Amino acid sequence: MLTKKARLRIFYLTLLSFFVAIIIFLVLKSLEENVVYFFSPTEIYYKSNISLKKKIRVGGLVKEGSVKKKEKGINFVITDLKNEIIVSFTGIVPNLFSEGKGVIAEGKLRDKKYFITNKILAKHDENYMPPEVSKALAGTK
Amino acid sequence: MFKNFLPNKILSINNKLINNLISLMIVILFIGFIYAIFISPPDYIQGDAVRIMYVHVPSSFISLGCFALIGIASILNLIFKIKFMPLIAKSLAPIGAVFTLISIATGSLWGKPTWGVWWVWDARLTSMAILFFFYIAYMLTWKLITKYEKAKKVSTVIAILGLFNLPVIKYSVDWWNTLHQPSSITLTSAPTIHYTMLFPLLIMLFGLAIYSLVIFLMQYKSELIKFKISNKKKNN
Repeated sequence: MLTKKARLRIFYLTLLSFFVAIIIFLVLKSLEENVVYFFSPTEIYYKSNISLKKKIRVGGLVKEGSVKKKEKGINFVITDLKNEIIVSFTGIVPNLFSEGKGVIAEGKLRDKKYFITNKILAKHDENYMPPEVSKALAGTK
Repeated sequence: MFKNFLPNKILSINNKLINNLISLMIVILFIGFIYAIFISPPDYIQGDAVRIMYVHVPSSFISLGCFALIGIASILNLIFKIKFMPLIAKSLAPIGAVFTLISIATGSLWGKPTWGVWWVWDARLTSMAILFFFYIAYMLTWKLITKYEKAKKVSTVIAILGLFNLPVIKYSVDWWNTLHQPSSITLTSAPTIHYTMLFPLLIMLFGLAIYSLVIFLMQYKSELIKFKISNKKKNN
C-alpha cells in the first residue's frame, strides 16, 4: 500500500508539521503573558517587571476566614497555598464567590502585596457532585 | 474498514437504516433529557445551573471530534489519494461548525450565572472561537472555489493547519491559567464528576453522536451523488 509517492508525501507532511508545530510553540511562548488569563500570587511575587499602572488579573483561592465587609464591597485574601495577596473589592459580590473557592480579580496593584479591584469573577473547579456527597465528604474531613 | 465508506456501499444505504438510527437517537436523547433535567442531582456549588453541562460538554466533544476527522480524512487523501475522503470531510464540516456554536452559546449561558460573565478571552474560549473560524474557512473554500481539485487542495491545507489548534484547545486549561475549569474527564485519572452526573452526560454524548452520524450519512450520500454527476459531465 505504501507506494514510493505515498512515502514521499508522508515525509514532506511530517516535516511541514514539525515546523508548523515549532512556529506555533514559539508564537504561544512569546505571547504567554497575554494568553495567561491571570497571575497567581506566587507569580506576582516573583515577577520582576510588574507595572503598577497596567490592569492585570490575579487568581487563586479565597483564603478561609479572610473576607471582611467594608463600606461598598469586601476585603479578602487570595492565596495559592504558597503566597498571598490582599484584595480590596468595591462592588456587588457575585453569587458563587465564597471562601475556599476560586476567584479571579481584575484591577491594579498598589504594591506587590495589595490589589485594588472592582471586578471579580468566581471560578469553580472541575469537581461536580450532588450536595449530599459533598456533605458526606465534609463530614469525613 | 475504509470499505464501508466506499461510494457503492454508501449509495446503497437505504432510508430504512437512517430511519432506524433516527428512532434510536430519539429514544436515547429522550432518556438523556429526562435524566439531565429531572433525575440527576443539582451540583453542590452551582445548583441547577450545572444542567447546561449535559448539552455543553457533548457539543464540545463532537465539535473537536469532527474537526479531527476532517483533518485525518484530508491527510489520508493527501498521502494515499483516497478519492472519497474529501467528500467525507466536506460532509462533516457543517455538523462540527454547528456543534461548535452550540458549545460556545451554552458555555456563555453557563458562564453568566456561575462565573459572572458571558465571555472572556482566556485560552480555552479563544481557541474554541479560532476553531469556529477554521470551520467557516473550511466550508467557504468548498463554496467559493468552483474547481473541485483546487477546492480540495486549499481545504486540505486549512484542515491540516486547524489540526494544530486541537491540542491547544484540549490542553489550554492545563498549560495556562484560564477562567475555564480544568478537564474533569481525562485519560489518566479518575473522573472528577460524580457518577450520578457522569451517567446522563455519557447518554447525551451518545445521543448527540448518533444525531451527528445521521446528518453525516445524509450529507455524504448527497455529496457522493453530486460528485458522480459532475464527473459524468466532465467525461462527456
